[in-house]
Amino acid sequence: MSAKSAQKLALAFIWGSGVITVLILFLIIGYVLARGLPAFSFDFLFTAPKGGLSGEGGISTAIVTTIYLALLTVSILLIPGIGAAIYLSEYAKDNWLTRIIRYGVDTLAGVPSIVFGLFGFVLFVTTLHFNFSLLAGALTMVCLLLPTLIRTSEEALKAVPRSHREAALALGATRWQAIWHVVLPSALPGIITGIILCMGRIVGETACLYVTLGGSAAMPTSLLSGGRTLSLHLFYLAMETNAFEKAMATGAVLIIIILIINTLTNWISHRFQTRMLRGV
Amino acid sequence: MDPKIETKQLNFYYGKLHAVKNVTLNIREHQITALIGPSGCGKSTFLRTLNRMNDIIPGARVEGEVLLDKQNIYERSVDVVELRKRVGMVFQQPNPFPKSVYENVAFGPKMLGLSHKINLDEEVEKSLRAAALWDEVKDHMDKSGLALSGGQQQRLCIARVLAVEPEVILMDEPCSALDPISTLKIEELMRDLTKNYTIVIVTHNMLQAARVSDLTGFFLLGELVEYNRTVDIFSRPGDKRTEDYITGRFG
Amino acid sequence: MPRTAFDHHLHELQEEVLVLGSMVEKAIYRSMEALKNRDLDLAKHVVADDSKINQKRFEIEEMCVDLIVTQQPMAGDLRIIIAVLNIIVDLERIGDHAAGNAKIAIMIGNEPPLKPLIDLPRMAQKTGDMLRRSLDAFINRNAEAAKKIATEDDEVDALYDQVFRELLTFMAEDSRTITRATRLMWVGHNLERSADRVTNICERVVFVVTGKMEEIGVSKY
Repeated sequence: MSAKSAQKLALAFIWGSGVITVLILFLIIGYVLARGLPAFSFDFLFTAPKGGLSGEGGISTAIVTTIYLALLTVSILLIPGIGAAIYLSEYAKDNWLTRIIRYGVDTLAGVPSIVFGLFGFVLFVTTLHFNFSLLAGALTMVCLLLPTLIRTSEEALKAVPRSHREAALALGATRWQAIWHVVLPSALPGIITGIILCMGRIVGETACLYVTLGGSAAMPTSLLSGGRTLSLHLFYLAMETNAFEKAMATGAVLIIIILIINTLTNWISHRFQTRMLRGV
Repeated sequence: MDPKIETKQLNFYYGKLHAVKNVTLNIREHQITALIGPSGCGKSTFLRTLNRMNDIIPGARVEGEVLLDKQNIYERSVDVVELRKRVGMVFQQPNPFPKSVYENVAFGPKMLGLSHKINLDEEVEKSLRAAALWDEVKDHMDKSGLALSGGQQQRLCIARVLAVEPEVILMDEPCSALDPISTLKIEELMRDLTKNYTIVIVTHNMLQAARVSDLTGFFLLGELVEYNRTVDIFSRPGDKRTEDYITGRFG
Repeated sequence: MPRTAFDHHLHELQEEVLVLGSMVEKAIYRSMEALKNRDLDLAKHVVADDSKINQKRFEIEEMCVDLIVTQQPMAGDLRIIIAVLNIIVDLERIGDHAAGNAKIAIMIGNEPPLKPLIDLPRMAQKTGDMLRRSLDAFINRNAEAAKKIATEDDEVDALYDQVFRELLTFMAEDSRTITRATRLMWVGHNLERSADRVTNICERVVFVVTGKMEEIGVSKY
C-alpha cells in the first residue's frame, strides 16, 4: 500500500472512531433526556420524595443532600490534599520514603470505590458510631478522592516552570513565600480543575455512598443525618419502585449537572489562561 | 581599594562532579566583570555560588570562601535571604511572574517586608526608570508581565531586581534569548547601571564581553585560566588556551 | 578544524605582503643600478613601476578591511592584520624613495660622474638586505631577529655620514660640483630614510609577537 493510501485509510479510521464516539454519547444522553424530560416539572424539583412503590414526590431532598455532601467533602479535602501535593512537589527529597508515599497514592487512586465504602462503613458508620450520615459519607469520599486530588494538584504545581521559583528565591523570598505567592497562584487553575473534577465524582458516586449515607429520603438536618444523593435516589427509584420515568428524570438532572460542571471547568481554565497570557 | 566580592580557592561539587576548581577571583566595585568560556566550563555554576543559588540543588557542596565586603557568605550565621537582597540575579530566559507589571516589580520589596517602610509606587517607578522600561509601561502597569516582548520582559526582570536595591547584580547570559536590538539596549543599560551597582555577567558571546565589560575572566573545565582587563584579554591574552578560545581555534 | 577559511585568508594576506616587499626590494636595487650605470631606460622603468607598488598596497589594505569586517579578528589575529596595515605603508614609502632615486638618475643623465659610487651602493645593498630579512622575521614571528635587524640601521646611518662628509668636501673645494653633489646627497638621504622605515617594520614584528608597541634603539642624535 502506498503511503498516500495508508494515510487516507488512517484518516478515515480516525474520523470514524470520532463519529462513533460522539454518536454513542448523544445516544445515551439523548435517550435519558427524552425519556426523563416528560416527568420534569417545577414540582418534581422542589418536592420531597415520599417513598412508596409508586415513587411519589420529587427530588428536592436529594438535590440538597448532594449539595451538602459535595461542599462538606471538598472543605475537608482541600487542606490535606493540596498540602500533601505541595509537600510532594516542593519539599520532598527523592528518597525511599517519598517513593513509598507516591506509590501508595497511585495505588489508592486505583482502588474501586466500593472498597472505600466498606472501609467507611466499618470505621465511620460502625466503630465511630456516626451511623449512616453526611459526616460518614463525606469522610469516606475524602478517603476516596484524596489520592486523585493530590495527583492532580501535584501535576499543576509541577507544571509551574522552575524559573519562577528561582526568580523568587533570587529576589530574597523564603521558600514558603515563593510557594505561596508565586507557585500556588500559577498552579491555581490546575488545582481548581482538580477540585471541580472531584465534585463531579461526588455527584456521580453510588457504591461508596450506598453503605455510608444510608437511604433516608428526608431532608438532612445535621451532619449526622442520613440522606440520599441524586445518584442514590436514582438507584432506589429504579430498583424499588415502578416510577421508571422519575428515575430517568433524575438521570437527566444528573447529566445536566455534570455538563454544567464540565463547562464550568473549561471556562475557568480558559479564563485563567487568557488572564495570565494577555493581561486583565 | 578592596574588591567588592572575593573568592578564595573556591571549589564547587555537584555530588561527585568537581565543577569549579580552586578559583580565586576579585570582583571590583562599580565595574562590569565578564566571565567567558565554552559550554560546561563552570562559569554559570561559579556565578551562582556568589548568591548561594546553588544551595537549592541537592548534592551541592562548597569548599573555600566567598567574601562579600570581606565577609564569608557561606558562614552558618549568614542570612541567605539578606544575601540575595544584596546580590541579585537576572536569568537567561526572561521569567516575569504571571502577575501584572506592577506586581512583578513590587514582589521583592513586599517579600522582604519593606512595603510598610517605603512608598511602593515610588519604588516601582524608580526601578522601572532605572531599567529603561518606564516610558514603555507606565500606562500599562496592570498588564500581565507575560504580555511584554522578550526584550521588555528581560528589562522587567532587571527592574524587579533593582527594586530590592541590591549592591551587586549577577547576570547569567541575560541576552542570549533576545534579538540583537534588545541585546544592545540591555548592554547600554548595563553601562548605566555601573554608576550605582557592581555587575558580573556570564556570556558565551565573546564580542558582547568585549563590548561591555571592564574585566574579563576566562574559564575552562572549571578552572579560571586567565583574568585581566578586557582590552588586554582580547588583544594580547597571556595564556595560549585563552588565545585559542578567543580566536575560535578551539578543538 | 575551525576557521580554516580565515587561516587561509591570513596566509594569503601575508604572502601578498611578501610580494609587495619583493617589488620594493627590487626597486631599491634597480634604482641604484640605474644610477651607477647611467641606465636611463632602467630608471624610467623603476619610476613607472612605482604605481604598481602603490596599487598593490591599496589592494592589501582592502583585504585587511574585508577581513576585519567579516571575521572580527581578536588577539593574535588582530595584531597580524594591524601590523600588515602599518607595514604596507612603510613599504610603499620605501618604494617612493626608490622611485625618487630613479628620478635623480634621470636628472643626472649623462653628466660627468663626480666620483665612482661606492658607499651609496653599499647603503642600497644593506637597506635591501635589511628589508628582506625583516619581512622574513615577520613571517617567522621572530622578534629577536627583528630587534637585531633594527639595530643594523646604525650601519646605514654611519655610511650616510661618510657620504655626506665626502660630498661636502667636494662642494667646498669646487663650487661647480654643487649640483651633482647635492643630488647624490639626496640619494643617500632617501636610502637612509628607507632604512629607518625598515626599523619601523621590525617594531611591528615585535608587536605581533609580544603585543607591545615600543621603539627599538634610539638614534645617537
